[in-house]
Amino acid sequence: MTKFKAFIVRWVFSTNHKDIGTLYMWLSLIMFLVGGVMALLFRMELFQPGLQFMQPDFFNQLITMHGLVMVFGAVMPAFTGLANWMIPMMIGAPDMAMPRMNNLSFWILPCSFGILISTFFLSGPAPNFGWTFYAPLSTTYGPESTDFFIFAVHLMGISSIMGAINVIVTVLNLRAPGMTLMKMPLFCWTWLITAFLLIAVMPVLAGAVTMMLTDRHFGTSFFNAAGGGDPLLFQHVFWFFGHPEVYIMILPAFGVVSHIIPTFSRKKLFGYGFMVYATLAIALLSFIVWAHHMFVSGLPLTGALFFMYATMLISVPTGIKVFNWVATMYKGSLTFETPMLFAIAFVFLFTFGGFSGLMLSIAPADYQYHDSYFVVAHFHYVLVPGAIFSLFAAVYFWLPKWCGRMYNERLGQIHFWLSAIFVNLTFFPMHFLGLAGMPRRIPDYALQFSDFNMVATFGALLFGLTQLIFVYNVIHTIRKGKKATAQVWEGAEGLEWTVPSPAPYHTFEVPPVIK
Amino acid sequence: MPHIKKLTLRLFSAIVLLCGCSSLFAVESSKFNMSPGVTPISQQMYGVHMMMFWVCCGLAVLVFGFLFFSVFKYRRSKGAVAAKFHGNNTLEVIWTIIPFLILLVLAIPATKVMLNIDDTRNAELTIKVTGYQWYWKYEYLDNGVAYFSKLSTPQAQINNQQLKGANYLLEVDNPLVIPTNRKVRFLITSNDVIHSWWVPHLGIKKDAVPGFIHEMWAEVQEPGTYRGQCAELCGAQHGFMPIVVEAKDEKSFDAWLIEQNRQAELVS
Repeated sequence: MTKFKAFIVRWVFSTNHKDIGTLYMWLSLIMFLVGGVMALLFRMELFQPGLQFMQPDFFNQLITMHGLVMVFGAVMPAFTGLANWMIPMMIGAPDMAMPRMNNLSFWILPCSFGILISTFFLSGPAPNFGWTFYAPLSTTYGPESTDFFIFAVHLMGISSIMGAINVIVTVLNLRAPGMTLMKMPLFCWTWLITAFLLIAVMPVLAGAVTMMLTDRHFGTSFFNAAGGGDPLLFQHVFWFFGHPEVYIMILPAFGVVSHIIPTFSRKKLFGYGFMVYATLAIALLSFIVWAHHMFVSGLPLTGALFFMYATMLISVPTGIKVFNWVATMYKGSLTFETPMLFAIAFVFLFTFGGFSGLMLSIAPADYQYHDSYFVVAHFHYVLVPGAIFSLFAAVYFWLPKWCGRMYNERLGQIHFWLSAIFVNLTFFPMHFLGLAGMPRRIPDYALQFSDFNMVATFGALLFGLTQLIFVYNVIHTIRKGKKATAQVWEGAEGLEWTVPSPAPYHTFEVPPVIK
Repeated sequence: MPHIKKLTLRLFSAIVLLCGCSSLFAVESSKFNMSPGVTPISQQMYGVHMMMFWVCCGLAVLVFGFLFFSVFKYRRSKGAVAAKFHGNNTLEVIWTIIPFLILLVLAIPATKVMLNIDDTRNAELTIKVTGYQWYWKYEYLDNGVAYFSKLSTPQAQINNQQLKGANYLLEVDNPLVIPTNRKVRFLITSNDVIHSWWVPHLGIKKDAVPGFIHEMWAEVQEPGTYRGQCAELCGAQHGFMPIVVEAKDEKSFDAWLIEQNRQAELVS
């Protein structure tokens, strides 16, 4: 019993940044698997034309939940977990600035996802309007479970805002003496900027769902044309949150990759200053491009042109980042351990997703791409081999520091190669489907789309199974892995590598001095 | 070991070659690529799409070439020793400005097409399209002809109890009929939730939003049947509200319209 009590006291009441980081990572892994199972279920339905396993409405529930769970449950908490673990160790701080708030911001999340996922087990449909929950489908026409969804989104928002405040206060106040902002590791920089994005846009999301709530229950008509409201207002408000949100999911990934590539190239990051400025530029631009999600929603011509130009501009700072990563590898001394493989695949496939993004930014072409499988292919390329691959890279890179044990390199390599092959098998054919005219979010399709859907489903199933290798490798490492050294990686630089592996429960109680 | 490396290299070049060939093939075949369609707008959209495709291919060759060159050349296993440099301001400025200039050039044709899409003036025929959960209504505003258009695929085909027809899920009871070689203006709106009226061959995709009337136009050059689907998630049957457009030559269209008018009068 005391053992159980000690377990509860350690994990539920923890205010330690490392424990909370671990909790975030586990939650994220669980959500990744839950969201993945949903994806496999609807991919199974899409294996062949016709309705095989589910009714269209259940299909809609699955795609909605898949999106919400992956965005808010898998990607965002994983990066917050990394921030918790790594930022204090990278800047030589003893902990996050607000440890109790840190505990609260984590424990809100499982409650939020409990509420969200419980809607599957209640009577009536779960949220079924897509993760973008466009009004009036989600307001006037939304199922009763929409209220659960609204409350869950509020909770996620509160959690994210608290996490963001903690990161900002920590980075700005707790840096070791001598660590100026421009000496700060890039992961801290990208997270600092991400945190500002979170604080700026999470309240906007909260506003959107609150307006939904009052539309549904208190007689307002924010989004109801019949009452003098405006369904397009919803899209503007949602994407004003939604576009910075996609950078919230990718900027920390940029940070991770900017640590891993120099480490395994045994060469300093090329153009550190420009990397920082490019991140800032991306973050600022992200606020003025939201309506590129609305090119066919009826924007006025001038509006569409403005958002087209602004969107095209984003490729400039993003290009700077890609060029700098490649220039870091140029004339380096490269080795290809698992984190490096995932990082290189990130640069390759994220850039690939960037190219389809550039195509999508061209408004007249977007008339054909919009809401087709081409878009599905695009954002999965930037999110799966983008954000998710960077997370795999980060876990393989820092896991030895976290648990003091080395992961199995062979399994890591197998996990990488299978993931890299199957992710392309899943998402590459979707470009063709979209260009040939297949709309997204349909449970059944015309016969000419059969071949590529079959390929995509095969790919998805194999990609999903491959992730079990990762789960096994992580658990095996924690329990039985070989002891790791403090340095872990020959080329690694930074304060986190100066502490022993596993990192002691409390690090840098006396701040190090940076020259 | 060396023969394994040779094999890897060969495999790699084979894959590159295969990708190259398949992308060329992709450009040619409609199963892999966007259709140029049958209206000036759709052809211009296709033109911009192909321009972006080739520009991206060019950029990809440069960037990925640089990437894979570095990855293959500077391996420690081949004895590469890391250089010490970690920045070059001239280079940074170059790779900021050149992409910017490329974007400027790309923006010009894109803007032109946008202006053209927006120009709905001087239409000879106006058709109002209204989205419903889950079918469409077409109204010929100048002639008083109006009718609904619903999916005609039998439920048995959807439930796999019957063999699926060639136009499975892309067939309706009453297709929209339009004339060729006349500028047709579409006024698009919705009766309930947001739908999106998408006919790829016409180069039209426009959201049908309740409370708004959006405009698009088409001038079809060849008679034929063009099929599309609702493109905005609109509820349970979102995947089952197709669009079929029949473009008839001007004479048959006029005859068709007169016949529709006559029938409407008979009914009333």
